[in-house]
Amino acid sequence: MDLSFSPEDLAFQAEVRDFLKKELSPKLADKVKHNKHLSKEDLTGWHATLNKRGWLAQDWPKKYGGAEWTPVQQQIFNDEAAAANAPRIIPFGLKMLAPVLMKFGTEEQKAHYLPRILDGTDWWCQGYSEPGAGSDLASLKTRAVRDGDHYVINGQKTWTTLAQYADWIFCLVRTSTEGKPQEGISFILVDMKSPGITVRPIILLEGTHEVNEVFFDNVRVPAENMIGEENKGWTYAKYLLTHERTNIAGVDASKAALAEVKKIAAAETVRGVPLAEDPYFARRIAEVEMELDALSTTNLRVLSSPDAASQAGPISSMLKIKGTEIRQAINDLSRRAIGPYAMPFVSEALEEGYNGEPVGPDYALGVAPDYFNNRKITIFGGSNEIQRGIISKMVMGL
Amino acid sequence: MDFSHSEERQLFKDMAARYIADKYKLEARNKAAETETGFSPDHWAQFAELGLIGALFTEEAGGFGGSPFDVTVLFEELGRGLVNEPLLATAVLGGGLIADLGNDAQKAVLEEVIAGTHQLAFAHGEPKSRYDASHVETTAESGPGNGYVLNGAKAVVLNGGNADTLIVSARTSGKTWDEDGISLFLVPKGTAGVSVRSYPSIDGLHAAEVTLDKVELPADALLGEAGKAYPAIEKVLARGAMALASEAVGIMEVCRDMTIDYLKTRKQFGVEIGRFQALQHRMATVLLEIEQARSAVINAAGHFNENRVARERAVSAAKTLAGKVGKLVAEEAIQMHGGIAMTWEYAVGHFAKRLIMIDHQLGDVDYHTARYVALSKAA
Ligand SMILES: Cc1cc2nc3c(=O)[nH]c(=O)nc-3n(C[C@H](O)[C@H](O)[C@H](O)COP(=O)(O)OP(=O)(O)OC[C@H]3O[C@@H](n4cnc5c(N)ncnc54)[C@H](O)[C@@H]3O)c2cc1C
Repeated sequence: MDLSFSPEDLAFQAEVRDFLKKELSPKLADKVKHNKHLSKEDLTGWHATLNKRGWLAQDWPKKYGGAEWTPVQQQIFNDEAAAANAPRIIPFGLKMLAPVLMKFGTEEQKAHYLPRILDGTDWWCQGYSEPGAGSDLASLKTRAVRDGDHYVINGQKTWTTLAQYADWIFCLVRTSTEGKPQEGISFILVDMKSPGITVRPIILLEGTHEVNEVFFDNVRVPAENMIGEENKGWTYAKYLLTHERTNIAGVDASKAALAEVKKIAAAETVRGVPLAEDPYFARRIAEVEMELDALSTTNLRVLSSPDAASQAGPISSMLKIKGTEIRQAINDLSRRAIGPYAMPFVSEALEEGYNGEPVGPDYALGVAPDYFNNRKITIFGGSNEIQRGIISKMVMGL
Repeated sequence: MDFSHSEERQLFKDMAARYIADKYKLEARNKAAETETGFSPDHWAQFAELGLIGALFTEEAGGFGGSPFDVTVLFEELGRGLVNEPLLATAVLGGGLIADLGNDAQKAVLEEVIAGTHQLAFAHGEPKSRYDASHVETTAESGPGNGYVLNGAKAVVLNGGNADTLIVSARTSGKTWDEDGISLFLVPKGTAGVSVRSYPSIDGLHAAEVTLDKVELPADALLGEAGKAYPAIEKVLARGAMALASEAVGIMEVCRDMTIDYLKTRKQFGVEIGRFQALQHRMATVLLEIEQARSAVINAAGHFNENRVARERAVSAAKTLAGKVGKLVAEEAIQMHGGIAMTWEYAVGHFAKRLIMIDHQLGDVDYHTARYVALSKAA
């Protein structure tokens, strides 16, 4: 056992720091730090910056233009990027669709779509959930019916994150109603500009437009847009859900957020004494920090283990549960730390170009909205209840 | 012992509940929250008409209630409706201070307050005070004609932008955290040197940052005795905290009922999700914790008119449970609903936001727990 970084890792860390110092604009970092709203250009711009350096696709093989980093390198980059308040990498194309394409796509599909993901030509969104099919995803009803060399799609997807920016959507659709529900599902790629697609915004409880409903009305999709075999989509979908293990615990973002809580707690005072030294608050911080340090090691332990791939399901469940619960605990610390200034909500202050005075200390901006927004992380990507069910079944055989 | 309300109070409770259930709609409430005042003048006029404002004042002060249980009964109903009209700021805090400390001339305004034509706000908290009631840096120095000159800043003043009169705390002597030396002043809207920056809060209310720059006040602006306001401030904040804890219980029950309904109707995997034991047990916890919060509020109201330590301990216990159980209920209600609860359109998220923000008003869980410890030593 050795918890220290190798000299190569340390050199890599220095390189990453240097890159972030040079390439991440302070304006963008400030937006991220205060949970201000990022525009499409903010996100695609950051992707382009990373891509230019060859660092966008961290875990893709080199032959597809990836960086092929080791798990430790990925962790180093993600920790440094989060600490520097870099925007997160939008995962839909890079981390969700790409692995599926690489494993199950045809050569033509790989050659066409992968470069476009890298260079930002296509923004992807994920069309899995439906109003009636959330946790029970296999009950999805959106139909795709073969018609010559096309499929005709009718139905509705919902909760589609950032569909308002998307060029393409990867969808799970029903191609058969025979047998078990899982056996009639296919995985298909749909151009968002296709006639018959309507995107309707869903406003979240803290007022942001982050998710959408996507309606399909006789949308014609070329049959060659199907991935793998018809009615085998469930296998690909499951592969997608369990493949993305690297960042599911969100250790990097949690570390950055906890560091910010500590800064706030050092600045806030109770009768002249920093909140960080208040025994109640100090204890709250300590409890979360101990958990986060442990999770950081759990995460690396899992990623470095040779049989990680075969255990992907239950292990990613475990990382997801702990990672999201710790992240929410940090959101809870942040809101407590800013005290009465959790209440003011000047929504314009979260938009670009706002020049007004902040209400209260500038670190209070965005804290409460983020607390509420991050309630989503224990719900999406398979709710934490569903994850606990997976562990019960697959690890313990209950 | 008797845990039932008097017939009169029960009738009042039913009347308030009926108005809120029939007339007070969430969608309109959220629209009103986006206006400059942040609430509906029509509802406010109705509240005055129905006596909801008056119920928070004793007969002596021109009202027809004013007991601790009148406060908790009404605020529970306000919680159920997610009412954003400023009853806490105008009637409980502002009106409470004037009723307690005002001379006859000053008390005259209470008639207008009860009639719904005069708004108040208590400008007490400061940018660095967090929840500390004796943290007053704002100063009041003697000014022309036996008057005063105020300088300082007040933070997150509930209803500050709407107040016809601000009740401002300022130090006439002593140092920042001294209980002694704090005085209260009545500051009419538009007084020179007062600037008020009003803004919405994340839970659909309005508050304001108030700056006082060489604000000259006449001698009769002083409310109560100079330098001796702290006990009255402590007591009115306790009344406010008790009101908030009761409001929280009302909100919790709405969250609970909405979640139970949803568990009985939403189907996944071919069954109602309420059939999953993983959710059943958590819902059972939600239910029993709400009963604990309710009992803590009853304790607070029941001990409110006893000695200071008994009152303050019981209030701190109630506010702590409101904060703790409030977090549990808000978070579980969202989680057990799934994605739908994350939307603006669905009601439960709005209730959850207010429930969490109650923990940020007049002392959070950590503040009141520490206070409870300190008071217990004194007991
Ligand atoms: C902000 C946000 C962004 C999202 N982005 C996307 C996206 O881009 N693409 C996409 O396809 N989807 C997306 N989703 C959808 C997300 O994956 C679903 O919300 C999630 O799968 C849960 O489904 P549901 O909301 O229908 O809740 P339900 O499945 O109805 O669940 C309600 C509650 O019941 C519990 N429950 C359900 N079954 C069981 C069980 N067997 N045992 C115990 N408890 C159970 C759940 O855990 C939850 O607490 C997003 C959701 C949100 C909130």
